[in-house]
Amino acid sequence: MSRQPDTNTQELRGRYPDVFNRPMASRAGVPAILVAALALFIFGLNELDFSPARMWTGLRELGWITMMMIPPNPGSSLPAYLHAMGETLSIALLGTTLAAVFALPVSLLAARNVIPSAWLRFPVRRFLDSIRGVDTLIWALVWINVVGLGPFAGVLAIAISDFGAFGKLFSEAIEAADKKQVEGIRASGGSAMHEIRFGLMPQVLPVIAGQVLYFIESNTRSATIIGIVGAGGIGLQLAEQIRVLEWQKVSFLILMILVAVAAIDWISSRLRFAIIGRRAVA
Amino acid sequence: MSAAVSILPAPQLAALNDAYRKAVARRRLRTLFVVVACFAALFVAALGAEVNLRTFIEKIGNFGSYFDRIFTLEAGTRVWTDVNEWFWGWKKWLSLLGETVLISYVGTLIGAVLAFGLNFLAAENTAPSAPLRFAVRRFMEFCRTVPDIVFALIFVIAFGLGPMAGVLAIAIHCVGALGKLYGEIVENIDMKPVEGIRSTGAGWVDCMRFAVLPQVAAGFASYTLLRFEINVRGASVMGFVGAGGIGQELVVAVRKFYYSDVSAILLMIIVAVFIIDIGTGWLRGRLFGKEARS
Repeated sequence: MSRQPDTNTQELRGRYPDVFNRPMASRAGVPAILVAALALFIFGLNELDFSPARMWTGLRELGWITMMMIPPNPGSSLPAYLHAMGETLSIALLGTTLAAVFALPVSLLAARNVIPSAWLRFPVRRFLDSIRGVDTLIWALVWINVVGLGPFAGVLAIAISDFGAFGKLFSEAIEAADKKQVEGIRASGGSAMHEIRFGLMPQVLPVIAGQVLYFIESNTRSATIIGIVGAGGIGLQLAEQIRVLEWQKVSFLILMILVAVAAIDWISSRLRFAIIGRRAVA
Repeated sequence: MSAAVSILPAPQLAALNDAYRKAVARRRLRTLFVVVACFAALFVAALGAEVNLRTFIEKIGNFGSYFDRIFTLEAGTRVWTDVNEWFWGWKKWLSLLGETVLISYVGTLIGAVLAFGLNFLAAENTAPSAPLRFAVRRFMEFCRTVPDIVFALIFVIAFGLGPMAGVLAIAIHCVGALGKLYGEIVENIDMKPVEGIRSTGAGWVDCMRFAVLPQVAAGFASYTLLRFEINVRGASVMGFVGAGGIGQELVVAVRKFYYSDVSAILLMIIVAVFIIDIGTGWLRGRLFGKEARS
């Protein structure tokens, strides 16, 4: 390998002064951010009671727990677990559907091309934002107070927290719709309702269907945890078995969740491809 | 209005109409089938989830009255008439909220660093070996499919109660989620710089550092900020299982029916999430321009 003569760099320096002599501010910027991030990180570790000793004993404990988990074994409660899994899937399906049904009209109110007035749109959007700001588990706690313990509270919790998410996603889909169709309906004498029904909906529905299917999958995941606060499904069993340290059952339940999520993922992505075609799936 | 369109003779028209009706009928039948299938699935789900409309109708009033109660002080007045009384514990709650944000920050950072290390091994175009890629991918899938609160439940037993379990749970979940997103960015890069660097005789690490990293850094940072925001939401419920943050306080208030506390804490969480949402959105806009926002 032949070495380039050193004078070359000198010449390059002369030719591109702004590459070699960047201003101090831009050169110090990235390291300064990194140092600040690291300082906050160390402060955080300190504040949150991290210590090497705790870490070490914890990891040893964790290793021991992992050993106890093998092999996964449901014992005699397999039927109960299957029933709980069915409950979880039902919660996910029903919650998502309810959310979609209620979010569709509201999302029209939040879309710029349907409601041009910012005065109506703004409160609707903030309302949806604040619903989304509250985690599903918190909604589950609230609904338990209203309809009592059980899977029904879970359905309502998933429905309301997805209502916020769907409202936002649907309204974005509606805003992205082509307005030529809508104008065509208006030109042929259609009313505002006709514009929405025949101009917007045919464009928007496939997108919405794709999002709903995607959410059914992600809600299967959420539905597995709302049981932890008592809102039905497999989370209840999982939290209980963890509390009584039945690690073999815990690992079996986790495996069940993984398999169920993978299955729903497979089904919903097949359906999504069938509805909107392979290329439109983001 | 005079018809500008010439109308076809009846026999031709009838044939066309027939074909049209047949096509429409077939589509309608298919739609009907799908709708029936959907309703059947929903019906089965409703049975499984013990949906009871009668309880719902009887209790739905409670939902309104619950919100009525959480906005009422013990004295019977509305909460906003006496903000001091409403936010009586604001110092404690604010510090717990700070802890929540800190849990999310530390967890996201640990997760991001690990995901950063792993994703180059998992992306199709940069993975040094296929078996390694397969293993890393399955590992990340596992991390992201198991919900973070389940990890928190287990970690609380292994590491003891407190925010440390929450941080580690968020970090693990973050490895899976960010690793996947990072990997997708890396798979979309332009490979020419990599070939350029490799042709100078550089090793794998140098290729990643000088050819891949400059192309992906902005996307990585954007996703990390987004994840941080999601994790704040996640960290707010870590306290439900004893893994630190404001969730503990909230669950106690809900379970013991300290109504006005519930609304005060919820409001603080929502405001904090808003501020972080807007802050990270602004930061991403500043750093990477408008197009990187979504």
